[in-house]
Amino acid sequence: MTNAIYGLIAEFDNPTALVMAARAAREKGYRKLDAFSPFPIEGLTDALRLHKNKLPLIVLTGGIIGMLTGYFLQYYITVVSFPINVGGRPLDSWPSYIVITFEMTILFAALSAVLGLLGLCGLPMPYHPVFNVSRFALASRNRFFLCIESADPLFDRARTGDFLRTLEPQEVSEVAH
Amino acid sequence: MPETPQLVEPPPQADIAPGYTFGSVTDQISAVVLTKRTPIFWMLCFGAGFGLLLLFLLSVAVLFAKGTGIWGIRAPVMWGFAITNFVWWIGIGHAGTLISAILLLLNQRWRNSINRFAEAMTLFAVACAGMFPVLHLGRPWLMYWLFPYPNSMGIQPQFRSPLVWDVFAVSTYATVSLLFWYVGLMPDLGTLRDRTKNRVGRMIYGVMSMGWRGSARHWSVYETATLLLAGLATPLVLSVHTVVSFDFTIAIVPGWHSTFFPPYFVAGAIYSGFAMVLALAIPLRKVYGLQGLITDKHLENSAKVMLATGLIVAYAYILENFTAWYSGDVYEQAAFWHRLTGPYRHSYWALIACNIVLPQFLWFKRVRTSPVLLFVSSILVLVGMWLERFMIIVSSLAQDFVPSSWGYFHATRWDVATFAGTIGLFLFLFFLFIRLLPMISIFEVRTLLPQAKVKEERG
Repeated sequence: MTNAIYGLIAEFDNPTALVMAARAAREKGYRKLDAFSPFPIEGLTDALRLHKNKLPLIVLTGGIIGMLTGYFLQYYITVVSFPINVGGRPLDSWPSYIVITFEMTILFAALSAVLGLLGLCGLPMPYHPVFNVSRFALASRNRFFLCIESADPLFDRARTGDFLRTLEPQEVSEVAH
Repeated sequence: MPETPQLVEPPPQADIAPGYTFGSVTDQISAVVLTKRTPIFWMLCFGAGFGLLLLFLLSVAVLFAKGTGIWGIRAPVMWGFAITNFVWWIGIGHAGTLISAILLLLNQRWRNSINRFAEAMTLFAVACAGMFPVLHLGRPWLMYWLFPYPNSMGIQPQFRSPLVWDVFAVSTYATVSLLFWYVGLMPDLGTLRDRTKNRVGRMIYGVMSMGWRGSARHWSVYETATLLLAGLATPLVLSVHTVVSFDFTIAIVPGWHSTFFPPYFVAGAIYSGFAMVLALAIPLRKVYGLQGLITDKHLENSAKVMLATGLIVAYAYILENFTAWYSGDVYEQAAFWHRLTGPYRHSYWALIACNIVLPQFLWFKRVRTSPVLLFVSSILVLVGMWLERFMIIVSSLAQDFVPSSWGYFHATRWDVATFAGTIGLFLFLFFLFIRLLPMISIFEVRTLLPQAKVKEERG
């Protein structure tokens, strides 16, 4: 029954109000909530407990894979597949491999940072229910939104709405699916 | 009780002018893109760029038809303009990465309003740079031979050669710069999607923004990603010009074979890059009325970076001559004596004037705060840095160990046309960017506003 809508969204006109509201909603026990702002707000990350993400691990893994790829690509080519003996110098001339190993590390790490960012955010996602709220276009300009999703166990259309209205928002609207 | 000493400090210059709101920042920057009216200045610059781009296409067509003989490269100077231009362009790109990555890590918030177009400058400068080694190959259509791949010829690149390192360094640099730039653009593309009234525009910006909606969950990952990318781009940018300098230092040609080339090249790169940032920022902020966002503080700080890197470059010139003398190597000494007094002495003294003598005026605050004088000095530095690259490459090759193999490099009209053509390519791409994408990072400028600070009153 509550799933008829995606959730309820409250609009604020400054970042402080949004952070306060997010904190209040957490204290009230709501967990399925998200905030939307035109720029990153540090306090909001605290308020919603969003500090940990897996991106550093993804980038580290990408970097290590890149490093190994870079080194062994050169090792394989210069030692196994296309050895050239220049005056009896060793085929595995690792000092000359450092530059390309380094570049490949950076390349793979950067690619995994961007793909990891998209993956963790679930982007690209051209459609999202919050876009149905006509005033939501201002979330990329100068307005700040807090959305409590109907999937939250505490969600109740009337009571959650009343709660959001106590936070002195500009407006509270329903988010259609 | 002793009185606490009062620090008398001048009020810090603001990163942006007072009086802006989230709305007005958004509107002012996005209006440049979303308006139907195009300024005459844009038309002129884009037109000039497009004209020169056509010249570039003509030069490349002639080059493809006739070969690299249309350029002045003859034995012993086989590198000539092409490699000079490559080194010069790639150096210009470095300032963009410095602003976007290193200044981000150093928490220099003033960078927020100049990083976007500086990164775009990087990208287009690298595109121009990348043209030259490829065109210089002789058979550019076989450029994919530079990369290792299984092939029926049974041969592979020589990984012990700095020229192959360069392929990897420059292509990684181009890719990472593009990624970094695009990640930075995503939130602003979302803003443009929400603000444009044009249906097609909304579709295109919507697709390009990947459905960015400013969610706090996304922002937190986004900030981690930006920080990590900056951390990756910082060693990368230092490595790129280092590897470019390896192209020279690992050879034994007198005037090239020296260990201080990597830091010297990186400093020179940042020097010319900041000159290009100023040369672009000063007219742009005037035409689009962005003095409130790109303030005098930005110009002054860029000028200071220019002065500092210029002094490093000056130090390198002095040291270069000193080590040549101190080495006791007659070939090395002769190479530098030829630079100072030989057939290329005009270029040498011109570069000393442009890179070392004239920039000393930047010590004066009056010069640093005058946009016109700064614009002039940045152009001089760009010229000087080009001459420096030319000097290093051409004078060393023209007169090496054996006097019987000496020669003199004569640039042909096609040398000049190809170089001017890449300036056209740069202007063409850059002004397209100005018209179609926000040239200042909107969301990062919003964070500079005083009202972006969350007020903690109730703990």
